[in-house]
Amino acid sequence: MTDLAHIRNFAIIAHIDHGKSTLADRMIELCGGLERREMTAQVLDSMEIERERGITIKAQTVRLDYQAPDGEHYVLNLVDTPGHVDFAYEVSRSLAACEGSLLVVDASQGVEAQTLANTYQAVENDHEIIPVLNKIDLSAAEPERIKQQIEDVIGIDASGALPISAKTGEGVTEVLSALVQRLPAPTGEREAPLKALLVDSWYDPYLGVVVLVRVHDGVLTKRMAVRMMATEALHEIERVGVFTPKTTMVEQLGPGEIGFITASIKDVADCRIGDTITEQRRPTAEALPGFQPSVPVVFCGLFPIDAADYDRLRESLAKLRLNDASFVHDPETSPALGFGFRCGFLGLLHLEIVQERLSREFDLDLVATAPSVIYRVALGSGERIELHNPADMPDPTKIRAIEEPWIKATVLVPDDYLGPVLALCEEKRGEQLDLTYAGSRAMVVYRLPLNEVVFDFYDRLKSCSRGYASFDYQLDDYRESELVKVGILINGEPVDALSMIVHRNQAEGRGRAICLRLKELIPRQLFKIAVQAAIGGKIIARETVSAMRKDVTAKCYGGDVSRKRKLLDRQKRGKKRMRQFGNVEIPQEAFLAALKMGEK
Amino acid sequence: MGAAEAAEYVADRGRLAVYIHWPFCRSKCPYCDFNSHVREAVDAARWRAALLRELDHFATQLPGRLVTSVFFGGGTPSLMEPQIAAALIERIANHWSVADDLEVTLEANPTSSEAANFRAFRAAGVNRISLGVQALDDAALRLLGREHDRAEATRAIALAQRVAPRTTFDLIYARPGQTLAAWRAELDEALAIAEGHLSLYQLTIEKGTPFHALQRAGSLALPPEDQAAAFFEVTQDVTERAGLAAYEISNHAAPGQECRHNLSYWRYEDYLGVGPGAHGRLSVARAGGEPALMAIRNHAKPETWLEAVQRDSHGNAETHALARDERVEEMLMMGLRLGEGVSLARFRERTGLSFERAVPPARLARLLEAGFLEMSEGALRTTPKGRAVLNTLLAELLT
Repeated sequence: MTDLAHIRNFAIIAHIDHGKSTLADRMIELCGGLERREMTAQVLDSMEIERERGITIKAQTVRLDYQAPDGEHYVLNLVDTPGHVDFAYEVSRSLAACEGSLLVVDASQGVEAQTLANTYQAVENDHEIIPVLNKIDLSAAEPERIKQQIEDVIGIDASGALPISAKTGEGVTEVLSALVQRLPAPTGEREAPLKALLVDSWYDPYLGVVVLVRVHDGVLTKRMAVRMMATEALHEIERVGVFTPKTTMVEQLGPGEIGFITASIKDVADCRIGDTITEQRRPTAEALPGFQPSVPVVFCGLFPIDAADYDRLRESLAKLRLNDASFVHDPETSPALGFGFRCGFLGLLHLEIVQERLSREFDLDLVATAPSVIYRVALGSGERIELHNPADMPDPTKIRAIEEPWIKATVLVPDDYLGPVLALCEEKRGEQLDLTYAGSRAMVVYRLPLNEVVFDFYDRLKSCSRGYASFDYQLDDYRESELVKVGILINGEPVDALSMIVHRNQAEGRGRAICLRLKELIPRQLFKIAVQAAIGGKIIARETVSAMRKDVTAKCYGGDVSRKRKLLDRQKRGKKRMRQFGNVEIPQEAFLAALKMGEK
Repeated sequence: MGAAEAAEYVADRGRLAVYIHWPFCRSKCPYCDFNSHVREAVDAARWRAALLRELDHFATQLPGRLVTSVFFGGGTPSLMEPQIAAALIERIANHWSVADDLEVTLEANPTSSEAANFRAFRAAGVNRISLGVQALDDAALRLLGREHDRAEATRAIALAQRVAPRTTFDLIYARPGQTLAAWRAELDEALAIAEGHLSLYQLTIEKGTPFHALQRAGSLALPPEDQAAAFFEVTQDVTERAGLAAYEISNHAAPGQECRHNLSYWRYEDYLGVGPGAHGRLSVARAGGEPALMAIRNHAKPETWLEAVQRDSHGNAETHALARDERVEEMLMMGLRLGEGVSLARFRERTGLSFERAVPPARLARLLEAGFLEMSEGALRTTPKGRAVLNTLLAELLT
């Protein structure tokens, strides 16, 4: 156990690719946490997907043993923070476990929108913030200009910013000594009843459910009987440990320390993030403030491309949930796509990550329906319902009003691309709240409907700014809006999986686009096929797949009959996979492709 | 089929069509996926002996048949020594009775060296020559990897027409870069030369061929469906007006000039396959039951087949009795290619099922009503519209 004066707890705030993980690696190396031969690049991002995408999804901690130039030993606890807006919630709890933050900014790129939001969160958590200008080894680095930008855009003092190169290691020792000199030591009472924050929990195949804790008061020891104050669950601590980053068991954790415990906890979902852990025998009087629970805001259906994979999908979702209690899933059935699950996510990136992990770690081939947000529908009967699946939309005549969620979005963009970004926000029904400049960069704040953002906003923003715009948002409020459900009909039969809820002004355009897309994707058949988009009973767009004109084997003689029968068998098998719509059969692939194109 | 199980094949009305496969080619054409092989040297004596031996083997199991046609296919059977053909034809006549109007077709390449043998083949008993001309355009012939040019081909056609009572030739259309107008002109020319029969194949890209590789690499494209349909429709129109209407998807003849041997395939009659990769459909008597229809497939690789025949007297790789639904599928697949369609009486005789029981009535009714099929005079036929989409139509009818 370390005395409080020799502990520093800090987080690193950085935009994707600005060098957070590389800096962490250098610090681990300098403090001897791992031998050089043990270092894999980006130790912190342990999931394959994190390493590949260069983003952090789960918060991780590392305890560093730092010997200061004056010979004193310090324990530096680095609490990693996810860098993406979808995981803002996880950022907030990482920050709550620390007293200070390193704000890492790429000295050639400058401040990005997510950095901005996370820094504000750190400020709200009373963090001491040390700006770090990374990548000064690059010829394009402009540390002075970026310093100015940090002051202009974020509004914090950057005069003491540390110029470093995490890649070459230059300036990293200065970062370590600045942590000791500039961050406050944690406070706490060793003799007081135990009061520890439940920062995070995850499932580890060897250890079982692992709970990450930050001790505020008292001492946490092995075999102690503890109580989770919110859930009132009782547990006996089995193991106490820290990550160096290697898993290292310790006897106890005292005030100001960060580490993990294991107990006989069966399910990650049983641990409420933000809960206060106290000793059963001698409980603390007052719990820590805790956090708002994270709630899914984006929903979509996930369907196995091969129906036989349904059970495997169900098991895989359950396994993923062991480590990520923030997404939800319920069984869903669609005539077009078969059996699948309706899933809720913290945001689009979260959706993408879960989908990618399902395909990569569980080898599942999936299709996702268009993302939807949660609509609040007031019915004529006075009843109010929440809706996140267009298929569940009540008949328009029964609806009195529909409200949709709006967000407050911040976009940082070089002024060369400001025009297209503004045009995009306007097209997406945005309302401008603010527009300011810092040097050659503009900061735009817009109010936008979330359903526009989950449609194709990210991709459009990226392409219209050539990737230079960064984007961050927070949920704002619900507002009434003229929303309609656009249904897609094939030969008069609705295709539930393709229906969508959109603003009335966009209904026709979006309906027409999907009809055209289906026209391209549905193979011709013996009979012509009408593809229509409709609001209620009113057709707003129509395309026709004309009848097939030619499909016959040119050459077929005696010896060929066996071989040609195989062709026929293939065609027959294909027909079995088709979905019946009225009097036509549409291959499921066409729907899958329509949805996949929608993702692009 | 081994001698031990010596099942006796009963007559399919006593008639039998005999196919003999000569698997060798001088070079392999880039569009062809037939069982053809290029070999430095072919031991003619061994091949002659083996083909005769397999023929003998089947003859003991197929007594009392009337042979209506013999077809030498390949590969390139015109590369075979005419004496081999003579020996095979003679042996067939020794084993079975042959029809008065026995049709004996030889597939031939229109190169001058092969044309030099036409008279000898005629003397051997060949009475119908089928020439693989493929195009009447030198650039197209090069693209198709053919060894002859246009002039050589027209000379070979003229010679064949002088030598043999019946002739035909093949053309491939909708070739890469070919326009509809160019095809129309080529077709007019072909019709002016042809005597009674033409085979016109729309280019198909088969898996495993060089053309398939080119197509996948994006350097060879088939026309899109609407244009392919236009090519097909023009072909039907022009030939019909010239008096050579299609009697099968890709085969055109003046009345009475149809290829009887190929008609046996499409009518799903008994046929015997001799040689590497040859297939047969033969009805056999079964004690106390209805006759079975056997499907026989020979080893495709020439050397494998040859060794098998030397060892076992036959080169069969697989022999099995076709299940009823397989017979239904095969008969409809083949018969609906024909203008005359499928005789309902023969359907019942061959499959053991009435048509009504073999095909879901609602589906049939829908396809009849929509004008893809028609039923009259005891036969089910495709309409021209239905014939053009036969593959899909069959899947619809049989699923």
